[in-house]
Amino acid sequence: MAVTGVAAKRFPQASGIVYGGTAAACALVALWAVLRLGGGGAADTLVLPVGLPWIQAHLRADALSAFFLLVVNFGGVTASLFGWGYERAHRDHHGGPVLPLYPLFLAGMNMVLIADDAFSFLVSWEFMSLASWLLVLSTHREPETPRAARIYLIMASFGTACLLLAFGLLATDHGDYSFDAIRSHAPSATAAALGVILVLMGAGSKAGVVPLHVWLPLAHPAAPSHVSALMSGVMTKVAVYAMIRVLFDLLGEPDWWWGGIMLAFGAVTAVMGVLYALMQDDLKKLLAYSTVENIGAIVIALGLALVFKASHTPVIAALALAAALLHVVNHSLFKSLLFYTAGAVLTATGTRDLNRLGGLIHKMPTTAFLALIGAAAISALPPLNGFVGEWLLFQAILNAPALPEWSLKIGIAVVGALLALAAALAAACFVRLYGTAFLGRPRSFAAEEAREVGWAMRLGMAVPALLCVVLGVLPTPIIRLFEPAVRLMVEAGPFDDRAYQPWFWLAPTSAIGNSYNGLILLAVIALLSILLVVVIHRRASDRVRWSIPWGCGFEGPDPAAVTQYTPSSFGQPIRRAFGSTVFRARDHVDMPEPGDTRPARLSVTWTDPAWVAFFAPIGKVVDWLADRANVLQYMTIRRYLTLMFLALVLLLVMVAVTQQ
Amino acid sequence: MIDLGYDAAHMLGAVVLLMSFALLYQRRLFSLLRVFTLQALALTATAAWQAFSHGEPHLYITALLTLSLKAIVMPVALHRIIVKMNIHRTIEPALSIGLTMVAGVSLVTLSILLVLPVTADATALTRENLALSLSVVLLGLLMMISRRNAVSQVVGFMSIENGLILAAVGVAGMPLVVEMSIAFSVMVAFIIFGIFLFHIRERFDTLDMQKIESFRGESD
Repeated sequence: MAVTGVAAKRFPQASGIVYGGTAAACALVALWAVLRLGGGGAADTLVLPVGLPWIQAHLRADALSAFFLLVVNFGGVTASLFGWGYERAHRDHHGGPVLPLYPLFLAGMNMVLIADDAFSFLVSWEFMSLASWLLVLSTHREPETPRAARIYLIMASFGTACLLLAFGLLATDHGDYSFDAIRSHAPSATAAALGVILVLMGAGSKAGVVPLHVWLPLAHPAAPSHVSALMSGVMTKVAVYAMIRVLFDLLGEPDWWWGGIMLAFGAVTAVMGVLYALMQDDLKKLLAYSTVENIGAIVIALGLALVFKASHTPVIAALALAAALLHVVNHSLFKSLLFYTAGAVLTATGTRDLNRLGGLIHKMPTTAFLALIGAAAISALPPLNGFVGEWLLFQAILNAPALPEWSLKIGIAVVGALLALAAALAAACFVRLYGTAFLGRPRSFAAEEAREVGWAMRLGMAVPALLCVVLGVLPTPIIRLFEPAVRLMVEAGPFDDRAYQPWFWLAPTSAIGNSYNGLILLAVIALLSILLVVVIHRRASDRVRWSIPWGCGFEGPDPAAVTQYTPSSFGQPIRRAFGSTVFRARDHVDMPEPGDTRPARLSVTWTDPAWVAFFAPIGKVVDWLADRANVLQYMTIRRYLTLMFLALVLLLVMVAVTQQ
Repeated sequence: MIDLGYDAAHMLGAVVLLMSFALLYQRRLFSLLRVFTLQALALTATAAWQAFSHGEPHLYITALLTLSLKAIVMPVALHRIIVKMNIHRTIEPALSIGLTMVAGVSLVTLSILLVLPVTADATALTRENLALSLSVVLLGLLMMISRRNAVSQVVGFMSIENGLILAAVGVAGMPLVVEMSIAFSVMVAFIIFGIFLFHIRERFDTLDMQKIESFRGESD
């Protein structure tokens, strides 16, 4: 398929073949995953005689792999569909080769999920990273891309290095790198502790956990929109898979502080992610930061599951893990959907700047409606799927008093409060996004001239939107579907099978008697909405409306002259409240003197604390070391020989000394 | 008989090592070449003696190769190059002779300390031979870095090869192919060095490495 992609330059129909082929392949794998999960998710193993001669490549698909395969490949199906339309719309100025790399990227993610030894896992992981890096580079003509790609490459190498070291530590005692061997030999306490931290750093940097998130909002938006959707909605899930695989499966019995670390970083990630998102004016960057927030929520859920697993309350752990996995599904759906709508907006208007959008609901009604579903779902509004995920997560958090450690009892309450804050801020963030991009009046001629996008793109958006609604109303079947994965990881399921459990009723065992019924909620919300509409139409629409004849320029043809709420003004209260301390955000007002005709300007500056605290100093140290090492570049031949000689003698001396 | 074989082989190996030391303190190019010839002759004798005492005829070929290439062709060729190019005949050491000798002695100590414990279960001859050849290799390297003249660096390189061959003939069962390839690699290295020297000479009018280094744009 990649070969077909290479040929795409010459044959215009190759795009259809590539995207059609990936869609079909992904659909097949997704279907297979559903059947596996439905059949109880027994493990399938396969040993391929490739790779290093004495290691070979072990492949294995158990329930957890099958679940993530489903998530990845479903994302692949919709992305292929959307990408086909997107490529056609962008044919004239498409910057680089996407077609050959796109199938490779999908294949890399699939390979990570079925790898069963550290070697093939790391190779697939790096394969996935490099393929996505090249996809980011495919838009290399845009000014921001080279920097984004460079930072992404550095962070990806860093993550892989961490994972490499982690697997090395876990396999030290026996030297066998297959996951079976690691699973059966519990590593020593220090090796396990170091391994956990390294895995959290490695997988966390790929998932975008603060403070290792810096590459994510640069690289994800830089790629073409369907690839952004895959990177944000799906590739981060592969990182979550790596965390679950190592922490729940390979390392055996967990320690409670592993979960504690994840809870702390997850909470920081959730709040920081959404605060970043609130200050963005770039549509896709905003979505990428919102991915950071959602990853924070997933990491919190995983941390809870680990903590409960360590304290031997597997039923609650199952609830938390089910919340994490459900949120994985949900986020892959609505984040893909939102990136697709961003891509549609980009196709229609040629800009991602919120300050230049507006009023798109009149020009692109389908896209606007689907974006509304996505925004509502990600803001966790009932009866959509985002709400169910967060509801489950909060049920798990409310179980915190069952834990023995006091620090966790109090700490989880704090985490819960931060998560609630993040959820509320996320809602504000997406009101801001939707309000400025789709409502109001156009802020530029490009937005004025926007047209609805083609059927393939609309279909690509409609499928995840539909699923957002379906999963929100009927979450139980999907939770039933991935129950084998939960059972495999924490030896308990979220449901009590002895009690009566109808398929439309979500009542987890440990939810302290709470239950959720999407159907009732849907009915109530529908009823209330109809009532509201009726009342508004009765009481408001019939009134005679008065407006000022000259309308303050509001009827004028120049959209730039329209004075309306901007995204910055919408974000200002929150920026004032949080940003001034966390981000050192400052507003500068440049007011001209009376009599001066130039316009007054308000500019906002802010800094990323992660850059200031971590990355700038590291960069300085690296530069300094590089300067010192530069001397080595300019030595004479004799000096080089001397260095080699001394190194040889030193090694020989070491050998001689260690033999004594 | 076995005692005699061991003693003779040991002595010949020691002569090779002694010549390595002698190479280190030569101040004139021609005497350097003469010492190098002596070392090659000692090596030839070692190989021939091993062939005779162990009854391994292929070592005679090694001896012949060493004799023809290292003891005759190369010294003569280098001699002709020196005469033809009218090279300055004294060698400027980068490290004083006394210090070089001290370093050489400590290298020999190091290699004996290193090799003897490692090969505790090998035969006495193999152990001695390995220690001697490792010393020769290290001394060759030391010579390459302690001399400023390109010709003496070539000689240092050749004496490293001598050390390798000394190890090769000492270890029983070394296949002929390996020796042949070592001999050929020495040939190739010599040809490359020859061309290299001519080119350096043509371009810079000197073979003193210190003067050549100043031609490099980036050096200080």
